[in-house]
Amino acid sequence: MKARIHVTLKDGVLDPQGRAIHHALEGLGFGGVEDVRAGRLIELTLADGTSDEDIDAMCRKLLANMVIENYRVEKVA
Amino acid sequence: MKSAVITFPGSNCDRDLAVAIERVTGHAPIRLWHGEQTLPQGLDLIGVPGGFSYGDYLRSGAMAARSPVIGAVVEAAERGVAVLGICNGFQILTESGLLPGALMRNAGIRFVCRTVELTVENSESRFTSLYTQGEAIRIPVAHHDGNYFADDATLDRIEGEGQVAFRYAEPVNGSARNIAGVLNAKGNVLGMMPHPERVVEPQHGNTDGARLFEGLARSVLERT
Repeated sequence: MKARIHVTLKDGVLDPQGRAIHHALEGLGFGGVEDVRAGRLIELTLADGTSDEDIDAMCRKLLANMVIENYRVEKVA
Repeated sequence: MKSAVITFPGSNCDRDLAVAIERVTGHAPIRLWHGEQTLPQGLDLIGVPGGFSYGDYLRSGAMAARSPVIGAVVEAAERGVAVLGICNGFQILTESGLLPGALMRNAGIRFVCRTVELTVENSESRFTSLYTQGEAIRIPVAHHDGNYFADDATLDRIEGEGQVAFRYAEPVNGSARNIAGVLNAKGNVLGMMPHPERVVEPQHGNTDGARLFEGLARSVLERT
């Protein structure tokens, strides 16, 4: 079983990396980009039967910093 | 003063911190590897040094904050032992939950490496008692992730409780309210991005960092 953990910055937290990417896109001549937020994708390969609670605890204890980040768990068969 | 300096894989200011503590206080710290699960008895100070622990993987300080030794550091902090985290050490202390907030990528994206002016915002802690309130001091910074963030309610609370120890005199890295150093609620844990251990001898260009270690040593004498 695989789980993809999408870690994103909370709303209201400034994202210097996203801003730099935004500027770079504009520099390449792409118009129409209104905002860029950069995040992180972590793919876990898990033993069958790993509980949702455990995955959640992994996110809260290490994979995301709850002061600045949110996470979303996407389970992949 | 009995102190210990912890080394993580990727620490690179651990020796500087140990030398600074020894030169200023006359007592050499015990050097500890991060894999230790217990700390030596009777410590007055635990130093969490700068560097790039675990290559800054995941988030700066995130992996080191889950090291075996950190459990013992948290326990010691709860008992009132002084804990000083500098640069990556500050990041490790926020990641471990000992200090509020988080340190994010510098607002300008660039690594900042220069001597900056700080204002001493709280001169009553055991780390800052030899500075005067509002004093301007010069301490070097060298970091990529020093942009201090906390939500407004947290910022208001720590400002109100005197937990802001140092503030940059001018914007350096995008830190909320120019915060450069933060104390915990009890005042025995300090995290700061600037490196006081790099300015303790005249040959360093200035000695503004020395009083931090001297003040700590004096606070230990006053307690015993």
